[in-house]
Amino acid sequence: MMDFLKRFSRNKGALLGALILIVVVLLAVFAPLIYPDSPWKMVQRPFLTPFSTDGFPLGTDTLGRDVAAGLVHGARVSLIVGLVSTLVALLIGVPLGALAGFYGGLVDDGAMRFTEFFQTIPNFALAIVLVAILEPTLPTITLAIAIVSWPPVARLVRAEVLSLRNREFVDAARLAGLSNMRILFGHILPNAMSPIIVMASLMVATAILLESSLSFLGLGDPNIMSWGYMIGAARTVIRNAWWLSFIPGVAILLTVLALNLIGEGLNDALNPRLARKGR
Amino acid sequence: MGIAWAILSRLAKAAITLLLIVILNFFLIHAAPGDPAAVMAGEAGAADEKFIAQLRAQFGLDQPLYVQFWTYVSGVVQLDLGYSYRQQMPVLDLILDRLPATLLLTLTAFFMSLLLGIVFGLAAAARQGRWGDSAITSVALLFYATPLFWVALMAVVLFSVKLGWFPAFGYGSVGAGYTGFELLLDRLRHLFLPALTLGLFFMAVYLRMTRSSVLEVSQMDFVKTARAKGLNERVIRRRHILRNALLPVVTLAGLQAGQLVGGAVLTETVFAWPGIGRLMFESLTARDYNTLLGVFLVSAAMVIAFNIITDLVYRLIDPRI
Repeated sequence: MMDFLKRFSRNKGALLGALILIVVVLLAVFAPLIYPDSPWKMVQRPFLTPFSTDGFPLGTDTLGRDVAAGLVHGARVSLIVGLVSTLVALLIGVPLGALAGFYGGLVDDGAMRFTEFFQTIPNFALAIVLVAILEPTLPTITLAIAIVSWPPVARLVRAEVLSLRNREFVDAARLAGLSNMRILFGHILPNAMSPIIVMASLMVATAILLESSLSFLGLGDPNIMSWGYMIGAARTVIRNAWWLSFIPGVAILLTVLALNLIGEGLNDALNPRLARKGR
Repeated sequence: MGIAWAILSRLAKAAITLLLIVILNFFLIHAAPGDPAAVMAGEAGAADEKFIAQLRAQFGLDQPLYVQFWTYVSGVVQLDLGYSYRQQMPVLDLILDRLPATLLLTLTAFFMSLLLGIVFGLAAAARQGRWGDSAITSVALLFYATPLFWVALMAVVLFSVKLGWFPAFGYGSVGAGYTGFELLLDRLRHLFLPALTLGLFFMAVYLRMTRSSVLEVSQMDFVKTARAKGLNERVIRRRHILRNALLPVVTLAGLQAGQLVGGAVLTETVFAWPGIGRLMFESLTARDYNTLLGVFLVSAAMVIAFNIITDLVYRLIDPRI
């Protein structure tokens, strides 16, 4: 563990990413304390420019809502959707890929055809259709993003299990009389954890981008303030008040960038051999 | 023989995939909260009880589910994608009307991002480990994390509102009456920002792929052999490294290109580009589900077509297959 931390912290980009992410997480966690009022509440004249009025550091939007409050509350949705949808995608992809790789044959064929099918469908279009038809709420948005994100996980886990299933430690476990499930989930999968962790951190980033794109199109949960919604709502006034679209976009950019940097840092720290190859 | 067989098996696979999507669409209509007839009608203005009852009879929604299923699937197979009550037009006509604009946009974005991605990827690999490399890869990382719709909006602010270099939206100047070369120039001016912003994310992807592919191939034994033979470094770069490194990049790029169709929904919405992505957004806000699902099916078909073409091109280029 110490070794891992040392290797991770040697990567300056990853440290910067971790720092940004910590700030975003803190803002999200303490949002109700920093801005106890609803971010939907109209609090001042509309179109106050940033840094012009005390108490409203980022100004107000088209309806006089506090932009800073929206930003802080929006961080919650982005992080929750990003995290939960990734977890759900792992719950679908890991068992499917593991079973396919472990059993091979018909199971593998079936599972991989299924995965290929979902990989062929254009991601974002499927997410739009799912959310539009199931009505946009936090759970449907999360589910839709999970449904379009799991296929790469299944493929990765399958490949890992395939390469591990004939190793000596698996033979040893088999000789010890362990059941297939114990071998797969107790011995093989734990050894495949590091690439899965790396992929998961990158998936959170993609999920946040997807969520913001959906809410930009008006497919966000209508009761929850989100960064994508803020940009979408300010789109019509882009000529006069471009900063209303600019500010939430920077928040998305920084958060996604932070997660990507962390993902690369994790990759270097967890797979030191692979990491050296690319440089 | 080899190629004909490959095409046939790909087409068969494509047909099965599309059929599965049609089935998925059917279940989605029935999964939607509320009466499927009301769903099909959307908020068609005239969505009163009588109209819905008429729809219910017309689509056999009073029939058992398996009969409805058969009616729906056999309809789509005969290219009947249903009727848009919003736009008062068959969905297929709506889509065919909008398809050329989307093809123009996505293909331009694809080739632009592939070209730029490869050029900058090669430049980064050639400067491996030096500041030029870090600068290029950092910018790529930034584009990789930028929301597509946001970069499109910011491009509008900078290049059309502030600088006035490019038009902010549309497919061409309305009522300008351009012909010939002027028309082409006008179209290109309108195309530039949407294609550029749609391509940026993918440019970053291709750039990273090119860079790592070149670095990987440079480590391979046949390159060392060529160097040991005393071949000119320029020749090694061009004949040994470049050729072998770019082949996988082009293939992967082709497979990824399908995702451009999804991104086009955002780009076309921002730039009011009259393609099927914009149509998807319009049907979304109008709750016109027939059109929404039709666009979904057609965009999946586009992705599949893209993949088959990539596959064929790859077979033609690479003599090993």
